[in-house]
Amino acid sequence: MKITRGAVVEEAGNSIENKTGTWRTFKPIIDYNKCIRCMVCWEFCPEPSIYKEDGSEKPAPNEALKKLPVPVIDYDYCKGCGICVNECPVKAIEFVKEVK
Amino acid sequence: MKNDWLFAPGHGLCAGCAIPIIVKHILAISGENTIVVNATGCLEVATTEYPRTAWRVPWVHVAFENAAAVASGIEAAMKKKGEKANIICFGGDGGTADIGIQALSGMVERGHNVLYVMYDNEAYMNTGIQRSGATPYGAWTTTSEVGKANPIGNARPKKPVAEIMVAHRASYVATVNVAFIRDFKKKVEKALKTEGPRFIHAISTCPTGWRSDPSKSIEIIKLATETGLFPLWESENGEEIKITYKPKFLPVEEYLKAQGRFRHLLKNPEYIEKIKEDIKQWWRRHGVEI
Repeated sequence: MKITRGAVVEEAGNSIENKTGTWRTFKPIIDYNKCIRCMVCWEFCPEPSIYKEDGSEKPAPNEALKKLPVPVIDYDYCKGCGICVNECPVKAIEFVKEVK
Repeated sequence: MKNDWLFAPGHGLCAGCAIPIIVKHILAISGENTIVVNATGCLEVATTEYPRTAWRVPWVHVAFENAAAVASGIEAAMKKKGEKANIICFGGDGGTADIGIQALSGMVERGHNVLYVMYDNEAYMNTGIQRSGATPYGAWTTTSEVGKANPIGNARPKKPVAEIMVAHRASYVATVNVAFIRDFKKKVEKALKTEGPRFIHAISTCPTGWRSDPSKSIEIIKLATETGLFPLWESENGEEIKITYKPKFLPVEEYLKAQGRFRHLLKNPEYIEKIKEDIKQWWRRHGVEI
């Protein structure tokens, strides 16, 4: 490891090297057939480990919703807090025990 | 997959901690032209485990007591150089209400062009849940233990830091709750557009110290506002505070019973009555009868 003068970290945002997904005991899984693309999970994800995906091929409750960006969970970082599960207004996120 | 937040994942804040939700939204509004000054606390310790950082903007760590002083210095230096950036201070309730209040008071009194954000999880969570000046009445902490000699927990009322900042005639003061995201974003935008010293008080759930379910973090702070316990308001230049959200005034028990730190109160209705009376008094002072 290179020790920098004044403990300066030279690469911004390099915490992405820490895969905090290993912390998880419960795993949120989005059911895209129910997801209304409201992005509440994306707003409240503390990591943030939920991203917006444009032009997604994922299924949707109806054709109009297919055109909107979809929330996608990045399991490399999701700590499994369950905030998205609790806040989802249509209960489209399942919370299942992690199998490693 | 696109990760365009200025606050990166991979930090070490606990699962269900609300601090990163507050920070990611503030940075998303302030943009890349931002310099962050961070007092010691959960946010600083957990986001910058050397040699890594979760910050994608210039960031400096300073001690508990001098974040506002360092921000003042950065602002003065930038002014001298003719440069402009959003200078944002982040401090916890310990680093703001207790240890850093002198530097904060000086920063506001001298009129530095800085936005100070207090993320308030109502105790010293990073060091092991010791009570702070912002710990509310009735809360258990490791230094306000509950037992026969002390059935209340913390017996003192919460220090009203935001109101102290109004008394300083700061350009803009607001209380925000990230569970009310539209009100939150509007106030942060307004704070960033305002010149002079600004102060934002953001309530933040701590599942570890509040003894609460991590998945309920947003639900719990939403209840803090809906019960009238954490009112949302703003004030400009020391003027009378303006309520920005009228709560439903749900029974405060709804908020208390979701957290282990208040569990002992449920057996002592007289203490809950005192909390209800305090809420009533606060709203009465601001022209609302419950």
